[in-house]
Amino acid sequence: MSDKEPLFSTKNIKLLTNPLNDENPITVQVLGICSALAVTAKLKPAIVMAISVLVVLAVSNVVISLIRKRVPPRIRIIVQLTVIALMVILVDQVLKAFAYDVSRQLSVFVGLIITNCIIMGRLEAFALGNKPWPSFLDGVGNAAGYGIILIIVGFFRELLGSGELLGYPIFEKIGLYNIGYEDNGLMILSPMALITVGIIIWVQRAKNKALIEEN
Amino acid sequence: MENLINIFIKSIFINNMVFAYFLGMCSYLAVSKTVKTSVGLGIAVIFVLGITVPVDYLIEKYMLKEGALVWLGESFAEVDLSFLSFIMFIAVIASMVQLVEMVIEKFSPALYNSLGIFLPLIAVNCAILGGSLFMQQAEYQNIAEATVFGLGSGVGWLLAIVGIAAIREKIRYSNVPAPLRGLGITFIITGLMGIAFMSFMGIKL
Repeated sequence: MSDKEPLFSTKNIKLLTNPLNDENPITVQVLGICSALAVTAKLKPAIVMAISVLVVLAVSNVVISLIRKRVPPRIRIIVQLTVIALMVILVDQVLKAFAYDVSRQLSVFVGLIITNCIIMGRLEAFALGNKPWPSFLDGVGNAAGYGIILIIVGFFRELLGSGELLGYPIFEKIGLYNIGYEDNGLMILSPMALITVGIIIWVQRAKNKALIEEN
Repeated sequence: MENLINIFIKSIFINNMVFAYFLGMCSYLAVSKTVKTSVGLGIAVIFVLGITVPVDYLIEKYMLKEGALVWLGESFAEVDLSFLSFIMFIAVIASMVQLVEMVIEKFSPALYNSLGIFLPLIAVNCAILGGSLFMQQAEYQNIAEATVFGLGSGVGWLLAIVGIAAIREKIRYSNVPAPLRGLGITFIITGLMGIAFMSFMGIKL
């Protein structure tokens, strides 16, 4: 960070906000799909996953950015994997200690943050060539963009699939069942996550014509 | 023997890596534009899964599990290194991918040229690490079961990516709504294929 540039210059703000829409890691860059789909049957694991990825991505972006000039390019992949794996182990242990039931629900997907391409992708594309502070913002921004999609998908799947939000029986309270509404069990099942993301992409691209693909 | 066939069928169809767990989605979406390249990547994935899952099984059994180090002596009986499994597994995968790449390059240059770019990509394919982690959860009895599980998962992944590639080749001639073109429609098709694969869940093995 040079002395002349303010901490939150326009350029830095852009790093934070761009991934939320125009360069969303999931719907535009197609990174980190695997975990995004598997943990979204309920809202709570989706939120926990989003926070875990935020921590791992922000910290490993900063670490890689700090050591970027000392890492020989040939072994950079293994260095990156080591840094990421270290962070993931920490997150996993913290989850096991303080949120055991959520950690059980997430099962192997916490471990799979290591191979979540969003993290490798940002390290390769950004942290290796930028200073720590922009890298931190880039990490937070991208993880937030990832988290937003996760939370939207989790919200709809839990609401329509089991009529609850964060375990609170919202449809029962407003009496929707009394007028003959039934939960759509299909929303809980994994294929609907894909279709929900497909619809999000559809809505986003209908609004933002620049993102439409040729074919 | 019957048990092994069960595990094989189960890992291909019922617990399909792509449709049941969404593993290896990134390369699944990125490399499924043509059938030819997707077959190449699929074979590479079978190859690497078939090697890394049994290797990780041995590491898990003789190094990481609670009491696994007992062969070193009585005093090691209490050691539980399972919190190291992520870093061990990823190290095994990264080095195995490197090794496989070198072996293929030496003995079959033709295969190497056709797989070339895909091999390094596999190190960060979550289907590979996922295979090892699911193997760890499933607690298989012996190495044969773990190997069969690895191979079966790879075959299931190959099946999925070749299927979507074939559909994507055809869909180029269809009139898809503009905002859905490319990524969006691929997601929805994968979802529909997933629903089709769910019908296998009813099979009791």
